[in-house]
Amino acid sequence: MALLQISEPGQTAAPHQHKLAAGIDLGTTNSLVATVRSGKAETLPDEQGMHLLPSVVRYRETGAPQVGAIAKQSAISDPRNTISSVKRYVGRGLADICKGCSRSEYEFVDGDSSVPRIRTVAGDISPVEVSAEILKNLKLRAEETLGGELTGVVITVPAYFDDAQRQSTKDAAQLAGLQVLRLLNEPTAAAVAYGLDKGSEGVHVVYDLGGGTFDISILRLNRGVFEVMSTAGNTALGGDDFDRIIAQWLIQQAGLDPSALSPGQMRATLLEACRAKEALSDAEAVDVSLSVADGFVADDAAWQGELTRTQLYELIDPLIQKTLSSCRRALRDAGIDVEEIEDVVMVGGSTRSPRVRERVGEFFHCEPMVDIDPDKVVAAGAAIQADILVGNKPDDEMLLLDVIPLSLGIETMGGLVEKIISRNTTIPSAKAQDFTTFKDGQTALAVHVVQGERELVSDCRSLARFELRGIPPMVAGNARIRVTFQVDADGLLSVTAREQISGVESTVQVKPSFGLTDGEIETMLRESMSHAQEDIAARMLREQQVEADRIIESVESAVAADVQLLTDEERTQIDVALSELRKMRDGDDPRKIKQAIEALNKASTDFAARRMDASIQSAMTGHKVDEF
Amino acid sequence: MHAADFSSNFFALFDLPVSFDVDLDALSARYREAQRAAHPDKFANAPEVERRLSVQMAARINEAYRTLKDPLSRGRYLLELHGVALDDSDTAFDGAFLMEQMELRERLADVKNSADPVSQLRVIADDIAAHDKSLITQMAGLLNEASAESLQQARNVSRKLQFFRRLNEEVEALEDELGDY
Repeated sequence: MALLQISEPGQTAAPHQHKLAAGIDLGTTNSLVATVRSGKAETLPDEQGMHLLPSVVRYRETGAPQVGAIAKQSAISDPRNTISSVKRYVGRGLADICKGCSRSEYEFVDGDSSVPRIRTVAGDISPVEVSAEILKNLKLRAEETLGGELTGVVITVPAYFDDAQRQSTKDAAQLAGLQVLRLLNEPTAAAVAYGLDKGSEGVHVVYDLGGGTFDISILRLNRGVFEVMSTAGNTALGGDDFDRIIAQWLIQQAGLDPSALSPGQMRATLLEACRAKEALSDAEAVDVSLSVADGFVADDAAWQGELTRTQLYELIDPLIQKTLSSCRRALRDAGIDVEEIEDVVMVGGSTRSPRVRERVGEFFHCEPMVDIDPDKVVAAGAAIQADILVGNKPDDEMLLLDVIPLSLGIETMGGLVEKIISRNTTIPSAKAQDFTTFKDGQTALAVHVVQGERELVSDCRSLARFELRGIPPMVAGNARIRVTFQVDADGLLSVTAREQISGVESTVQVKPSFGLTDGEIETMLRESMSHAQEDIAARMLREQQVEADRIIESVESAVAADVQLLTDEERTQIDVALSELRKMRDGDDPRKIKQAIEALNKASTDFAARRMDASIQSAMTGHKVDEF
Repeated sequence: MHAADFSSNFFALFDLPVSFDVDLDALSARYREAQRAAHPDKFANAPEVERRLSVQMAARINEAYRTLKDPLSRGRYLLELHGVALDDSDTAFDGAFLMEQMELRERLADVKNSADPVSQLRVIADDIAAHDKSLITQMAGLLNEASAESLQQARNVSRKLQFFRRLNEEVEALEDELGDY
């Protein structure tokens, strides 16, 4: 007689299936993809052995857009159709985009949509679509290298990105066909990559100066928990600005009129500025030259001169000083003195500048850590978290507790902002506040959601507007309207407004004012799919089946583990919903599967809540002994 | 069978006694353990219903921790548990307190015109911090006494603290405005 097999408690009989996951650093200047292989996080090179993918996309009249180094080569010859540093424009309105630079290299058009688009030979393209091209390229690289489809990815964003910029990044991932496990803040990713949790308890600083953004995060580490205490920064300050300020100096020295320069000449000047900046890391002085011809080189230079290191420092010091002001604010918000800091981790290509390292070292009274390649560290950290989130390391102790970078609030009378969730609040976060009506018989309430630190709505970023309608007419001041803000672990906001007496409710998943609508994304998805309608249907069916399998497995194991938390009636309801879902799952109608999933969700919600509550209570009581 | 107890008070959530005197090390250790059990990252592969619950639970744990960590919000939360109305509009302050507030505000307004605004601001910030500290000590005593009268006094002290906190926000805003120092 064959013996029945019994697995050891706590172990599943089936060997654990390794899932493919990746971390993506979607940078202003360069992007990378990394994964965990044999327990080590490593960035993946392309076929030419290059790890960094220049974040440059060139649109052509025919054929697919070019991405990376090949696109970058056309930056001077075809500047209008070659988009670089698109991260600066993601989640931004036209007014913001034009404010930052005296003269944009691209032709922005304001169409029917609230999202500005860049005019190219291939049509008007939104920044989200440009980002999606970069993500698609990295997805392909990862899937070809790893030999399979990615289950999920973690994409990093600057800690100081606001809600609109985060939402747009997620939209880009959706367009690229990526399943986003989490949006992770870049400095937090760097801290993870440095393995700061291992034997380095205490307070650590991550100073992240990239091509276009600056972030500072202060973290406290304790037994695998990364607790972000505060973050500050500037989403429009980076190495690009160093280049820009040097370029301005070059133009001024050459006696040229900046407004008379062609886009190609502007690009060439910026490249010369960047070259000079990098050369001055080693040299005391460097020869510089400008020409009046497009795509100029030193040979037919119209102007030649010299840039010294002293002159360079004079130009860039005010920019570095701005980053240090953010550092000071982050320290203050964390309630930390400089002396309490263990070390400072340097991240981002711009921290290669000796001047930046020198000034940061002075400020924090310590030698900055530069052990890991500052370009690769963020992607590596994202890969480590992706590996955990996808379920490859069920016993890992690591936990990241991040914060919201900017306060969230709503507009009240007189254009003032009432803050509901303040900056540096740990996420996820939920907070409710009551408001009332202003006029007798008022039946609707306009809710305007904003983000920022200033008191006036006009000084903050507008995130979304929606209306709560159907309030029963009452005397002014009698209605009780509860507005609830919920920020999830990606730092994304949803808002609910509910009139307490009548129960009238309105909910919005905050879609940013300068973001794409769901309809626009759907259209883009359809257009981007070269395949026929059936493929989309097949994909939808597959997605519902995956979710169905997930919930069936989860509910079954929950019932097996904690049946004592169920009443007989609940048990029956769950069993009915389970068998219905099993039946639908093997059918071919995604809508029916979805309905059956929702029914099972409904039948098991209270049970799931009780189980979670019990697990928290046991975590509290179980750890009391070694605490004291 | 009862539904999950999401409404238990913040002290109970961390298995701590209801008291103003909180062991901050125990609080933060238990906070981390609670998040290990509840955080959405632990439910990344769970069905949607559990992911949603985990966001709510983790948000509540964060709110509880934030409330108990800071002495002023902890004190106000205790007053709430004691049933003391916190409606902020009807507090009468003594003359001395109001004079003091006015004087501090005048000094703050003069900072920008002074020869050395940064150190002037530092002095004001230190003054505020000293007031904050002594009021917290007062509030602790009153809350521990917990008589009807002392709770009312604790409420008044918490109102005064709010004034100082608001003043401190203005100091910080000015600090940011002065920028590079």
